[in-house]
Amino acid sequence: MGIKTSNEKFFDRVEKGINDSFMRKAVVEAQGRLEGRKTQTTEELGNWEDWRDLAEEIRQHTLENLDYYLEQFVENVSNQGGHVFFAETAEEANEYITSVVKDKKAKNIIKSKSMVTEEIGMNGALEEIGCNVVESDLGEWILQLDDHDPPSHIVVPALHKNKEQIRDTFKVKRQYDKSSDPTELALFAREQLRKDFLAAEVGITGCNFAVAESGSITLVTNEGNARMSTTLPKTQITVMGMERIVPTWKELDILVSMLCRSAVGQKLTSYITGLTAAKEEGDVDGPEEFHVVIIDNGRSKILGTKFQSTLQCIRCAACINVCPVYRHVGGHSYGSIYPGPIGAVLTPLLEGYDDYKELPYASTLCAACTEACPVKIPLHELLIEHRKDIVEEAGKTSFAEKLAMKGYAFAMSNPGVYRIGSKAAPSVIGPIAKGGEGKGPGPVKLWTQIRDLPEPTGESFRKWFEGRDKKGDKS
Amino acid sequence: MKVSLFLTCLADVVYPASVGRSTVEILERLGCEVDFPKKQTCCGQPAFNSGFHKESREVAKHMIKTFESAEYVVSPSGSCTSMLHEYEKLFEDDLEWQVKAKELAKKSYELTQFIVDVLKIEDVGAEFNGNVTYHTSCHMTRLLGVKEAPMKLLENVKGLKFTELPFKQQCCGFGGTFSVKMVPISEQMVNEKVHHIEETEAEVLIGADLGCLMNIGGRIDRQGKSVKVMHIAEILNSRGEAG
Ligand code: SF4
Repeated sequence: MGIKTSNEKFFDRVEKGINDSFMRKAVVEAQGRLEGRKTQTTEELGNWEDWRDLAEEIRQHTLENLDYYLEQFVENVSNQGGHVFFAETAEEANEYITSVVKDKKAKNIIKSKSMVTEEIGMNGALEEIGCNVVESDLGEWILQLDDHDPPSHIVVPALHKNKEQIRDTFKVKRQYDKSSDPTELALFAREQLRKDFLAAEVGITGCNFAVAESGSITLVTNEGNARMSTTLPKTQITVMGMERIVPTWKELDILVSMLCRSAVGQKLTSYITGLTAAKEEGDVDGPEEFHVVIIDNGRSKILGTKFQSTLQCIRCAACINVCPVYRHVGGHSYGSIYPGPIGAVLTPLLEGYDDYKELPYASTLCAACTEACPVKIPLHELLIEHRKDIVEEAGKTSFAEKLAMKGYAFAMSNPGVYRIGSKAAPSVIGPIAKGGEGKGPGPVKLWTQIRDLPEPTGESFRKWFEGRDKKGDKS
Repeated sequence: MKVSLFLTCLADVVYPASVGRSTVEILERLGCEVDFPKKQTCCGQPAFNSGFHKESREVAKHMIKTFESAEYVVSPSGSCTSMLHEYEKLFEDDLEWQVKAKELAKKSYELTQFIVDVLKIEDVGAEFNGNVTYHTSCHMTRLLGVKEAPMKLLENVKGLKFTELPFKQQCCGFGGTFSVKMVPISEQMVNEKVHHIEETEAEVLIGADLGCLMNIGGRIDRQGKSVKVMHIAEILNSRGEAG
């Protein structure tokens, strides 16, 4: 699939999202539930702001020394018999992964949830060589069955679907004949997936954090599917973004705890899986062969820039769960597998502005995201940085807007001009203030499409203040 | 105490005298000497938030000069005050102006913040009779970090029947240029806000930022609803009026 999920135009996607009442209801419910639980578990923990400072520090330190920790990690994986491949691009990653699969003559692949494999479009690459790739995360499995519907949330990928829609998908695609009761649906999925787990020759996972000091990878799930994907198949391939490193288990402890609380409002999820190397003599389960594919795909370009803090992200979706724009337009409106505030910042960095120039503007800069982020990424400030680059470097702003901003700056730094403008304002606003639908000059026309303006009644402040000064009636 | 009023362009150009007048009258009643530097314009936020930082630097310099000799700068807007605090970011490569920007930030306060934190007053002796609710604007709470001050002051207004706004932390959909660049999204956001305001059955929605109030009030008017929108300065300056 890759990062891009749609060829439609931004505003067409937004309109679709706004008109999808099922999705919007689901999003409002999910935001309420996830945000509520997050607040509760972070309050329980106490000193949340101190924890955020600590998490930020850990992430910053790791990024500042990323080459060191990556090397340490790679060395530790290799020393324990694992294979590491560093992929600069998505293509390189897919080439390596397909070559491993071909080498094993594998046909059946089981996957646990991973955003980075979506990012590189791995499933498509494997399907092209004739593999049967099965997503084992329930949400991802539903989307896969539903003709590869793109995810709309990074933690709850099928968030936009309600249980009736899921039942219908199961019915059409897998002859399901039971109700839309979530327990029944989950049981059915479990039965179906069991066969795939047993048949899989290769298991592919993502990686929440890789621990440099031991060469381990860790996975955070609630369904336990990551364990099934890593214990049954003979070959395991773990795909990770190059920034997903922690120095030691001590930092892992802190970040995992914050990830679980921020993402789903749990102290810990049901399963936190730590895996080190392939199966050794005496081990009862685990893969015989272990590969780690470390993905760059544009990340090293972000390192060392004003956007570096974006790489601190631990993909918890807390920013998405509080975003008032996401709330109304849903994940698909962003046109990227990374939606919401983090998506609006990250997607243009990875993919450029051509297809995503609207995303940095799809925010009121209310800063709810920045406040929610457990690793303190200044998301709303980074959106302004994007806007700055769009204006200054990418040259993607319209001539009209540039002109308007020049005029604005001129008027606002020349009080005489400002005064002329403000004296004229009432006569412009007056006639269109009430019910002037889509009337008025320039941006005012856009304003009045949906709102009235305050009626310019009575004297202006300046007049009042001057009059008072003259009378000398200051109380 | 000498206070220079930064009125904000909305209160200056778009709104009638009331918000500025109330601000002046409250401050004077609380013992401040208020002056109004006539050369003031806008905080520069429209350009800053749109990424036009060269342009917002020009505006910032003008504002810094305008308020250079002020002892305190007080503004009836959380958002515009927070913009004054952002100026130093505009001058990262210009030490001279960066120092000046910092000086301005240090002495700049939002109105309720100034009353509670600097004047140390929580009861301004106001009386307003009516059912009200309060919209917490995002920049005031999250960027400027002023959360308690307006509530403390409202608690002491006689006659006020206060109902908390559900989902009060949610943005109203104004966002400056967002409101005209992203009209369909802004519309959904403000609709939800108006819906929650109606749930409180308040007759008056109070706010501390005219941007939000212009957005919410404009939508309420367009929908032909009867909730009135008032700035917190107008409430704090009331002497027994009804909503
Ligand atoms: S940006 Fe912050 S809040 Fe958003 S997903 Fe990443 S870590 Fe979580």
